[in-house]
Amino acid sequence: MSTMPAILSGRGLVKRFGKVVGLNGADIDLFPGEVLAVIGDNGAGKSTLIKCFSGAHAPDTGTMEVAGQDVLFRSTHEARLAGIETVFQTLAVSPALDIAENLYLGREILKEGFLGTAFRMLDRKRMRAEAGQHLQDLGIGTIQNISQAVETLSGGQRQAVAVARAAAFGSKVIILDEPTAALGVRESARVLQLIHDLRERGMPVILISHNMPQVFEVADRIHVQRLGKRAAVITPSTHNMNDAVAIMTGALTVEEADQALGPVRTPVVS
Amino acid sequence: MTSTTATPDLSEEFAEKSGIIPKIQSTLHKYPYLSPLFVLIVAMIVFTMLNERFILATNLSLMTQQTVIVGTLAIAQTLIILTAGIDLSIGAIMVFGQMMMANLVVTSEVSNVAGYGWPAALAIVAGVLIAVVAGGVNGFLIVRFELPPFIVTLGTLSIFTALSLIFFKARTIQGPEMPDAMTWMGTTFKIGPFTVMTGVLVMLAMYGIFAYILRNTAWGTHIYAVGDDPDAAELSGINTGRVLFSVYCVAGLIIGIAAWITIGRVGSASPNVAPNINLDSITAVVIGGTSLFGGRGTMIGTLLGALIVVVFQNGLALAGYDQAPRVLAVGVLVIAAVALDQWIRKVQG
Ligand SMILES: Nc1ncnc2c1ncn2[C@@H]1O[C@H](COP(=O)(O)OP(=O)(O)O)[C@@H](O)[C@H]1O
Ligand SMILES: [Mg+2]
Repeated sequence: MSTMPAILSGRGLVKRFGKVVGLNGADIDLFPGEVLAVIGDNGAGKSTLIKCFSGAHAPDTGTMEVAGQDVLFRSTHEARLAGIETVFQTLAVSPALDIAENLYLGREILKEGFLGTAFRMLDRKRMRAEAGQHLQDLGIGTIQNISQAVETLSGGQRQAVAVARAAAFGSKVIILDEPTAALGVRESARVLQLIHDLRERGMPVILISHNMPQVFEVADRIHVQRLGKRAAVITPSTHNMNDAVAIMTGALTVEEADQALGPVRTPVVS
Repeated sequence: MTSTTATPDLSEEFAEKSGIIPKIQSTLHKYPYLSPLFVLIVAMIVFTMLNERFILATNLSLMTQQTVIVGTLAIAQTLIILTAGIDLSIGAIMVFGQMMMANLVVTSEVSNVAGYGWPAALAIVAGVLIAVVAGGVNGFLIVRFELPPFIVTLGTLSIFTALSLIFFKARTIQGPEMPDAMTWMGTTFKIGPFTVMTGVLVMLAMYGIFAYILRNTAWGTHIYAVGDDPDAAELSGINTGRVLFSVYCVAGLIIGIAAWITIGRVGSASPNVAPNINLDSITAVVIGGTSLFGGRGTMIGTLLGALIVVVFQNGLALAGYDQAPRVLAVGVLVIAAVALDQWIRKVQG
């Protein structure tokens, strides 16, 4: 099984912000069908790592591959075209726009023919209908008013919109950067359920989270990030939460042979 | 209630809020032009009670004509303020455009300036184009060097004003010196008891077009998104720089058309026309319910805002008030509108 190729991988990624080192030679692998949790202290470079794959910024050095192709994304638009969808820590929803407009922001459905190509005229009816369908598919279709402005929604609802957007359009990989950090217990449980559903569908997911019980419940493998590098990759069956925290703080190092650097899950064929 | 549910269900959390004040707040939030519409209707009733000449067809017709310059420029200002920008150079660009049109079209035989004797159509297109270029310069400086729009347009306000003086001196070119096409926007015709100016119809058509564009094109959606939260827009895959640049160019186009309308409305091309027009256009936009913080507002609101300013000026004059209380009233309106906007923006779940 260890020969199964990664759907997404990075090698020796370095990213500096002036004097601050965000990434210091980080590696990452995501295998088909798995949920890879990324944990680490604040400032360990978790967000910086995934942002390279989201197109939010380009690494200074290092290589990235998606589905076997070398990639370097210069914008989030390019990453999206490659099938990678991200829910950023800052959400990246537009509060004044409504739910449907947010789902399709930056990739609106245009009218067919001349009006669409020349004037980029929106096919609002189709956007509403399909947005409703996407939410339905995700089990949050009972949202009544798809034309409700996002700024009138609670934090959890906004999160649901952002997650729904990623889930609706991600064709290869979905990345979630601390999607439950701002949520209550009940709302967190719903987002976690969404991740379970994505996994059932065979969609590879990268989940950044500080919530250890959550990580250990949903992840196939756990990537521990420390000081801008990958410190270890463990699984919930081989290590426990105390081990994870110890690796995060540098109190524990794990031999490479004891790590889960290769795939552990046989993806469901759907 | 258990902490996990089998299928996530957010429906209950999307229930409408209740209570009369939150209802008003969220209704105004959804339809930001309702408050200016209310103000306009009340003002018209009050001014009619103060002096019944206010509501006469002749006065109503006059007020539409008094609205046409600021109203057209406010379309451009709305687009820019929706992106959380501001344009202080609108009046200067407009003057530059109209002086260019007039100087290109006249000949020295009929006029006191050198003149170029271009055909009217060509001169008008050239004047509009120079306004597009001027808007593009604003946009370029704002996008390329990441300068605040306030500073950039404060600078270009002086620059374009100076360019007008350098190239076209301070000479006024009278309507009769120019071909009829130059003052065509000022021609009027009768509809029932109303005297309708061509430029007013053009302005209304432009309001309709731009309201439609904002609502129904990807470009329109992106304008709101960029003004709302530029970082979020960028992360959503929108090229925010391109959106901003295009907005300033389109604003230039509108300003160029406003230049032509102004020649018709005033009956001449003068560098001193409408000296307060920059601030007046911002006033109309703000009273119309568009947020100076960007991302929220409508074209219809701006039209109502422009009408409100004119109705107050005209109505207070007919009621016997002189200039000072009229200016005071507009000042109070602006502050009230911004305060209302702040309150409305507090709608949150
Ligand atoms: N845009 C940026 N500009 C400057 N420094 C940054 C930027 N983004 C991240 N950093 C720095 O890079 C380091 C890693 O940050 P980040 O990846 O956000 O950490 P994490 O997500 O693991 O908490 C931190 O020291 C942070 O301050
Ligand atoms: Mg982070």
